[in-house]
Amino acid sequence: MACLSINEGRSTDSGFPRRRLVAAGLFMLLLISICAGCGPEKEEGIPGPSEAKTIENKGSDTLVNLALAWAERYMHVHPEVRLSVTGGGSGTGIAALINGTVDIANASREMKPEEIEAAEAHGASPVEFVVARDAIAVVVHPSNPLNRLTFEQISDVYTGKITNWRAVGGEDRPIVLLSRESNSGTYVYFLENVVRRGDEDSDLLFSPGTLLMPSSEGITSEVRQNPNAIGYDGLGYVTSEEKVIAVARDATGPYVLPSVETVNDGSYPIARPLFMYTAGEPSGHIAAYLDWVRGKGQQLVPEIGFVPLE
Amino acid sequence: MTDDDVLTDGQARWGESLIEAIIRVLGFSAIGFVTLIFVFLLREGIPAFFKVRLANLLGARWYPTFGLFGTLPLILGSLLITVTAIAIALPLGVATAVFVREVAPDWAREILKPMIEVLAGIPSVVLGFFGMTIVAPLIRESLGTPTGLTAFTGAILLAYMSLPTIISVAEDALDAVPKSYRDGARAMGATEWQTIWRVVVPAARSGVVTAVMLGLGRAIGETMAVMLVTGNAARMPLTMDSLFRPARTMTATVAAEMGEVAQGSVHYHVLFGIGLILFMLTFVVNLTAAVAIFQKQRRGGLR
Repeated sequence: MACLSINEGRSTDSGFPRRRLVAAGLFMLLLISICAGCGPEKEEGIPGPSEAKTIENKGSDTLVNLALAWAERYMHVHPEVRLSVTGGGSGTGIAALINGTVDIANASREMKPEEIEAAEAHGASPVEFVVARDAIAVVVHPSNPLNRLTFEQISDVYTGKITNWRAVGGEDRPIVLLSRESNSGTYVYFLENVVRRGDEDSDLLFSPGTLLMPSSEGITSEVRQNPNAIGYDGLGYVTSEEKVIAVARDATGPYVLPSVETVNDGSYPIARPLFMYTAGEPSGHIAAYLDWVRGKGQQLVPEIGFVPLE
Repeated sequence: MTDDDVLTDGQARWGESLIEAIIRVLGFSAIGFVTLIFVFLLREGIPAFFKVRLANLLGARWYPTFGLFGTLPLILGSLLITVTAIAIALPLGVATAVFVREVAPDWAREILKPMIEVLAGIPSVVLGFFGMTIVAPLIRESLGTPTGLTAFTGAILLAYMSLPTIISVAEDALDAVPKSYRDGARAMGATEWQTIWRVVVPAARSGVVTAVMLGLGRAIGETMAVMLVTGNAARMPLTMDSLFRPARTMTATVAAEMGEVAQGSVHYHVLFGIGLILFMLTFVVNLTAAVAIFQKQRRGGLR
């Protein structure tokens, strides 16, 4: 990766030939030190068959609790396998998979074409596994009298067209918009499917006044204590101190509350698959783990607040 | 002189020059590291200015996922929060320093000084969490803002965090004012209050400026606490009520987004570009502080 960006740096420097020489020298120095560090790391990324059975698993914060539950149960059943699970976000997990530092990347969104390209440039085309389903719940403060919203209303609220709860049938209060950070898979999914209502030509964006919270906990704590707030987050992260809003695709459609049943029968409109990615077709203990996750492991899914595969 | 003595003498000289060499290398390596960091920042940050049109880069919309890299709301957000923080911390800090150095009895000073140092040791994430769960709701309820996660909340926390720096540097400056100044003022019939505000504090002026500059440097680079309490909304802070609305700082933006960004992408270079802007801002602030210290030395600690 580092080598790639250095090449780009050179091509843009072309205006200063003499400085370029000095800069190039410094780059070489850095390059040497960086490559000295990344050489052996790469080799470690491809575990040989004789090595201990370890699985590095990293990515989506939405998926991290579920991935941890799976890992704990699986290590209990198969003590010979060591699983380590970390969060950090879908992008982080996928970047780590591309760099070869993890075996499985968790993602709450599909890999982007440029990420697939980058992975292929590193010698392995990613393989996708759907491991569970997630519903995004729209939440407000428990004292908010509002019970239901359409996609159009949510879109108007989140783009800043509506700024008072009165306009959607609530009290006369300003609306405080809460969102996950822009690097979160939940952010992209919510923007594309709810704010833009699935329209690929739409260029609607979240209002600049939207508060971007660095974690699910940030959203929960603000919704819990602020009667003006509206937020969205994975169903697995909704606590009893937040009020969940029933959602309809349009004013005529049924207003549905998210639950395991409504997500599985497809009636809840804001639901998505969750993925695990491997670099290349998995084999050995990694394939066995993924089979278990998609089979027996599904029993754990509802306990964490997600929706199991049918 | 015995053989032994000659040998020890030679050894000592050799050992001395070795230690000297090591210290010299270590000393220069510090400069080397700063230079390398700056070169690295330049290498990663400069492409941002070629890859993104300047109008976009200086725009008002920060939506990095969609190719909109307007850094203006971030720069203004940082400045608004930092300047407000210093406006809060300066009077408090200088007053505390005057109290500790000039007014407080010895026993109170013995308690206060270590307490202020403890203040500096509180991890910023702890302060941030405190701010998020206690200060923010308090601000929303008492000031009637839509949300408690505002630029002002961030400024309060930053003021609190830069206080220890301001207090201890300002206190040192007050300490450097010669006793003859105080004696002279008292001899001319000035009260204790007049002596402090008309003679001692003005004499320590350049030290106080240094204190403020160092506090400013501390505040502008602070990340964690700010990220937790300012709401991180990249809106332009141009309206009068902006101080009591959410804001997004440069530091919080880099911290929140760097972990997720694909290396070598435009977004990656822009984040380094923001780092570059921050680096230069703190550099200017620290340089100003250094100039103030230099002037103070030249004038023998006076004025």
